[in-house]
Amino acid sequence: MNQEELAQLLKPIIKDEKRILTDKADLYSYSYDASFGVHLPDIVVQPKSAEEVADIMKLANEYKIPVYPRGKATSLSGGPLPVHGGIVLDLSTWNEKLEVDPEDMVAVVSPGVITADINDAALKYGFIFPPDPSSSNVATIGGILAENSGGPRGLKYGVTKDYVIGLEVVTPEGEIIRTGGRTVKNVTGYDLTKLIVGSEGTLGIITEATLRLFPKPQATETMMAVFDNIVDSGKAITKILSSGILPSKLEIMDQSTIQAVEAYEPLGLPVDAEAMLLIELDGHPAAIKEEITRVEAVCEDTGAREVQVAQTKEEAAELWRARKLVSPAIVREKPTKISEDATVPRSKIPEMFQRLKEIREKYKIDLVVFGHAGDGNLHPNIIADKRDKEEMRRVEQAVEEIFKAAIELGGTLSGEHGIGTLKAPFMEMELGAAGLDMMKRIKESWDPNNILNPGKIFPKPGQRLVLTDG
Amino acid sequence: MAELAYEATFDCVQCGYCLPACPTYLTMGKETHSPRGRINLVKMAAEGKITYDELEGPINLCLGCRACEVVCPTNVQYGKILDSAKEVIQQYKKETKKITKRAKLFQEFVFDRAIPNRKVLSTAASGLALYQKTGLQTVARKTKAINILPENLRTFEKVLPKVERKKRENHYPAKLKPKFRIGFFTGCIMDTMFYDINTKSIRLLQEAGCDVTIIKEQTCCGALQNHSGETEITKRLAKENIQAFEKEDFDYVVNSIGGCGAQLVEYDKLLADEPEWADRAKRFAEKNVDISVILSQLELPYEKEVNRVVTYQPSCHLSNVQKRVNEPLELLKSIPGITYVELPDKNMCCGSAGIYNIVNYDASMEILDEKMKHVEKVNPDTIVTSNPGCHLQMKVGVEREGLAEKISVVHLVELLAEASGIE
Ligand SMILES: Cc1cc2nc3c(=O)[nH]c(=O)nc-3n(C[C@H](O)[C@H](O)[C@H](O)COP(=O)(O)OP(=O)(O)OC[C@H]3O[C@@H](n4cnc5c(N)ncnc54)[C@H](O)[C@@H]3O)c2cc1C
Ligand code: SF4
Ligand code: SF4
Repeated sequence: MNQEELAQLLKPIIKDEKRILTDKADLYSYSYDASFGVHLPDIVVQPKSAEEVADIMKLANEYKIPVYPRGKATSLSGGPLPVHGGIVLDLSTWNEKLEVDPEDMVAVVSPGVITADINDAALKYGFIFPPDPSSSNVATIGGILAENSGGPRGLKYGVTKDYVIGLEVVTPEGEIIRTGGRTVKNVTGYDLTKLIVGSEGTLGIITEATLRLFPKPQATETMMAVFDNIVDSGKAITKILSSGILPSKLEIMDQSTIQAVEAYEPLGLPVDAEAMLLIELDGHPAAIKEEITRVEAVCEDTGAREVQVAQTKEEAAELWRARKLVSPAIVREKPTKISEDATVPRSKIPEMFQRLKEIREKYKIDLVVFGHAGDGNLHPNIIADKRDKEEMRRVEQAVEEIFKAAIELGGTLSGEHGIGTLKAPFMEMELGAAGLDMMKRIKESWDPNNILNPGKIFPKPGQRLVLTDG
Repeated sequence: MAELAYEATFDCVQCGYCLPACPTYLTMGKETHSPRGRINLVKMAAEGKITYDELEGPINLCLGCRACEVVCPTNVQYGKILDSAKEVIQQYKKETKKITKRAKLFQEFVFDRAIPNRKVLSTAASGLALYQKTGLQTVARKTKAINILPENLRTFEKVLPKVERKKRENHYPAKLKPKFRIGFFTGCIMDTMFYDINTKSIRLLQEAGCDVTIIKEQTCCGALQNHSGETEITKRLAKENIQAFEKEDFDYVVNSIGGCGAQLVEYDKLLADEPEWADRAKRFAEKNVDISVILSQLELPYEKEVNRVVTYQPSCHLSNVQKRVNEPLELLKSIPGITYVELPDKNMCCGSAGIYNIVNYDASMEILDEKMKHVEKVNPDTIVTSNPGCHLQMKVGVEREGLAEKISVVHLVELLAEASGIE
């Protein structure tokens, strides 16, 4: 079907024609995300109600047109890319509803609401919305639900799925269903809420979410610990956590990351150290005052050469500044950033660092490692130039080996960013043939015509990792 | 031969962090009108995947406010990408005769001769008169060169200041040993429509202990031309200005116009490829500062309280290109008697953006309406600006909301002068 015919079919469904985009410039503007690849859709639609979405899905089933849900396209794994053309459903403009109910401690939101806005609205009532991916000032709640995103606070507070208690979802066949409800406890039937969360837009389109809020912690304490030996920093992490203290954030930066930040903006960081930990505690002011001295002692016992506890808010911000500057710092020399999120059991962090070091040397790649050390979610970032084909081939091999290392150590391909197109080729390696097949059967029963976000999660036969646009 | 800044587009990692900062993305709700979208379209045009005609709309609707540049974690040079696109499109349209010959003459007439020409400007008492007297109106109507509707202009006519020009000296000596020797950049449209603000600026500098000279040979800064893709004209004007101000050994070249100042400080980038000019342009650019930068280093002779509740709408070009964020704000807060209330989302462009509000009237008014919602939240009696474009736009905003009785719009310099007893 050509674009003109498709537009004609969509016009009776979408109330305002302005929300149907057909210009070439528009199509190219919905052809990418924050990962790799350019894929043109045939048309872009900006729905604003579950009924509109349901009618689009019915139409798509009738004519077998692929449909791709899209939030703000900050996905790092190709989630919203329209790899088979068809319709892009731009849900980012549907942001009308953001209601906080302080009595039930929930927020009810439209899919296009920006994640950080939910936290801001909750703060007015003394609550927080804990999921804190670093993209939360941009990413939509629909996107973070679909990717089950997480951030530094994941260690103590968990990830997005721990804060969803109800959803309104349009199924691939165009039915509007409600899952869960408004209560934290709910065991009525299968937990479809949790199935939809993290399904990367392949099982349904989230049109409304009921989210659980959390009381705002009264105070925070921040400290930095510097280690000459990265293995020692790993020991420190294990010891802190086994001493009965659960930090709200526990971040690590390796030597190459420290050096990149220092070269970008001199902050006086220890460029000769192998690792740096940034630790934040939250809770009752008196309790965390006592805890932070214990954390300090643990770090010193395990061989930290320097420990610094922030005395003021400003000092705390200064310590976090180093972590904030990682992004701009690492792309200073070369523009392409391949941001991985392989995650390993906490105890395997030092080993994972060792494996990453070997991979860096074997493939002669620029690799920096930082991330959420507390929950084993590392961010090995490879810096390259995607115009350099030869380099990109080495990078592809290195990424494959990073995945292998994570799985061999009992970890997973992705802690945060999802599978999308990029990691699909490695699914069987982690899940085994039977495990992957069970997932496929779920997909087939929800979406018999395979029209909702096709080409994601499940690999095509022979599919390989490709990190170039095209 | 103009070229798209293709290589610079690769610095964009498409993270989307710039989306919330972009006013046109906010009001138009389409990726096409976002910084990430525009950068991608420039790349696509360079790769031949879309045509210049398809690129033109999204580029024209960009305000050039450069808010995206400030928030970008990977320091993408958006200004450079945008300017290259404007220049290439303008050239393409001339070559393919998409601009009729008459329209071309008309544009050249306005940018090359009318705006930089003091005589033409000063006989035109106001914007609408300017439009009529320069012959712009007739030519525009006949050729349909640009889509300027008289009603758009009438909106602005209402809020334009009365022009009263008294003769000005060429030299304002400091009373004691001068703290700085200053060459004052008057700007062309500014010196016509906001003559009074320039005069007050000069007096303030003088009172604060500066020796101020007005170089006669100075000309238009070239910002409007540059934003229309007329890079060659801009370069010529830049060279004239550099030459003019090299005549004397100034410590600083000072202006009170955020938008012009932004062009002046980027002369070095503009002329980077011309060996005989690059160094001179760099020296000139480094000397150029906004008046707030100088005044905040000196002591002003405050003599009375200004009892107003003020909010400040920063000029995008002052904050995002000249990177002067604190100086104007601190000066404002230093005025005795002032109550300062912060405008929510103050860094969002007001939608004036050079002549954007005239050529893209509807888009501009949508942005302005957003801005006015923020103003109403803090309920000031005065809105302070630092650029004539923003000044007029905010006045239009106040008019549109029917708040003209309640809220006045002033340039920062006017408040400083009031507190210092300068009439
Ligand atoms: C600089 C940067 C930092 C990042 N940091 C983090 C981080 O710290 N932690 C983390 O977890 N992630 C991170 N990400 C990844 C990304 O921001 C998240 O995956 C985010 O959740 C995507 O949200 P989005 O609105 O951009 O969705 P998109 O990218 O548009 O879409 C993501 C997926 O969700 C689907 N989808 C979108 N909306 C809906 C809906 N309403 N219903 C059903 N499916 C939908 C899409 O089809 C797609 O598969 C980062 C990304 C960038 C660029
Ligand atoms: S913030 Fe910078 S890198 Fe990110 S999308 Fe915008 S321009 Fe590109
Ligand atoms: S310059 Fe302003 S309007 Fe243009 S893309 Fe950047 S933020 Fe948007």
